[in-house]
Amino acid sequence: MRIIWTIAKRELAAYFNSPVAYVFLVIFLLLTGFFTFTAGNFFERGEASLAAFFGWHPWLYLVLVPAVGMRVWAEERRSGTMELLLTMPVATWQAIVAKFLAPWLFLAFALALTFPAIITVNVLGEPDNGVIVAGYLGSLLLAGAYLAITCMTSAMTRNQVVAFILSVGLCLFLILAGFNPVTDLLARWASPALVDTVAAFSVVTHFDGFQRGVIDARDLAFFLSLIGFALFATGVVIRGHRSG
Amino acid sequence: MIKIENLVKAFGAKRAVDDISFSVERGEVLGFLGPNGAGKSTTMRMITGFMPPTSGKISIGAHDVAESPLEAKRLIGYLPENAASYPDMTVQGFLNFAAELRGLQGAARRKAVHRVVELCFLDSVLQQSIDTLSKGYKHRTCLAQALIHDPQVLIMDEPTDGLDPNQKHEVRNLIRELGANKAIVFSTHILEEVDAACTRAIIIDRGKLVANGTPEELRGMSQLAGAVTLQARGASLEALSRIGKVEELDGAFRIYPADKSKSKQLAQAVIELVAREGWKVEGMYNEAGQLDEVFRRITLPDTVKQDTVKK
Repeated sequence: MRIIWTIAKRELAAYFNSPVAYVFLVIFLLLTGFFTFTAGNFFERGEASLAAFFGWHPWLYLVLVPAVGMRVWAEERRSGTMELLLTMPVATWQAIVAKFLAPWLFLAFALALTFPAIITVNVLGEPDNGVIVAGYLGSLLLAGAYLAITCMTSAMTRNQVVAFILSVGLCLFLILAGFNPVTDLLARWASPALVDTVAAFSVVTHFDGFQRGVIDARDLAFFLSLIGFALFATGVVIRGHRSG
Repeated sequence: MIKIENLVKAFGAKRAVDDISFSVERGEVLGFLGPNGAGKSTTMRMITGFMPPTSGKISIGAHDVAESPLEAKRLIGYLPENAASYPDMTVQGFLNFAAELRGLQGAARRKAVHRVVELCFLDSVLQQSIDTLSKGYKHRTCLAQALIHDPQVLIMDEPTDGLDPNQKHEVRNLIRELGANKAIVFSTHILEEVDAACTRAIIIDRGKLVANGTPEELRGMSQLAGAVTLQARGASLEALSRIGKVEELDGAFRIYPADKSKSKQLAQAVIELVAREGWKVEGMYNEAGQLDEVFRRITLPDTVKQDTVKK
């Protein structure tokens, strides 16, 4: 545990020692503001909820999360520090978990900075704050799922741009599988069972519940197992590199 | 301390390391020589547990690297190729990080960092971020990291690569000092380092171990070893030929003994001959043999080898 925290601490420091953290925070907050109030018609909706806010997160994270996570392993491989890290008395899984936790904590921090949105709805109306908490939990899990996938693609290459593009591609698939226009298209020729199966792989389907304030064990299990699977795959990829 | 048995690493069909065995005891500094691409780095990566071997066994102390990697890694300090470190960290931050990963906390950590900072002369750059350092300082920072837990085993991949002559000298001295109570392996392709720092050296070529011995023993493998070079006015090839095989050099003669073990008698014979013939001696050397000649002869491909030896 101490080892994991030591590595995670270093990773977090690396974010804040570089412009990445600040650029990300500013852009993230600007974009959430724009999507919520302008594109999301927050005021015109006339309801005291953060639906306009959370609804955009799968799309917003699609670009921003891979940008945060693309360096975690690619940079270690490029600079040769992966050899340094993994010849320390550190188990590979500890390094993988630490290098996932650090950017996840950072994303949680960015998400926490959106608190003015909560204040706004509470000042303007009487929202169900339970729904908002569920929404935040869902959003954090969603970011974690994208991030774990980015860790995996980052381990595949020493080039951050390649890691970014691969990760966006995979995450886009996870959105589109349950995105209404796509499921509608699919429903025209595929059996409803198939449509449901494909949609079940989608982060959107599972994120929906959280947005409505329902914390379903199946949705939780989906996100956690997606994270677990992607991190396991990261381990497989890294083992592959090490054995040459 | 380090025991390697029948180590093999195959990348596809290519055997980068092909059945290498050797061992290093405490108090030994082993120079690991070989041309680029001979398999030096691969071997070191396997010793440090970064790469699993295709087959073979590596033990560090009582621990098998494959079976108990964490215990084995605890005993090792490793300086990877190019002295990789995190450029965004300060020297102090980096050393603290390494110390914490080695399980050093609080006062023990501060003491350990202080010790390696003194040892590697990093005092003046402690608060500087690593990417602003010169290559020499970067190298020493990474070396400090390898020494932070005072390891019993030290593995260094080209520790003097890219350093200026003064820094090279310092690092070699440091290696020699540390070697008194550690088992050290370091790779290099600078042959003078073998004399400067090693108690023993091995040469590998295309994955195979081709020589293993003390610097003197390796030098003894030189064709030059035991020869006498004579520079004297009046000396004649004909008279010298009676003692041994003679090679005429630019203004001097080199006499080779018929048998390497009789090189002392050869020198004696040359001195007697000079006295008898009344030649005026300007210089006379007993050749110890040259490592680079041995190295070239062992590691060059056969076709090139014949060429060079003829010359």
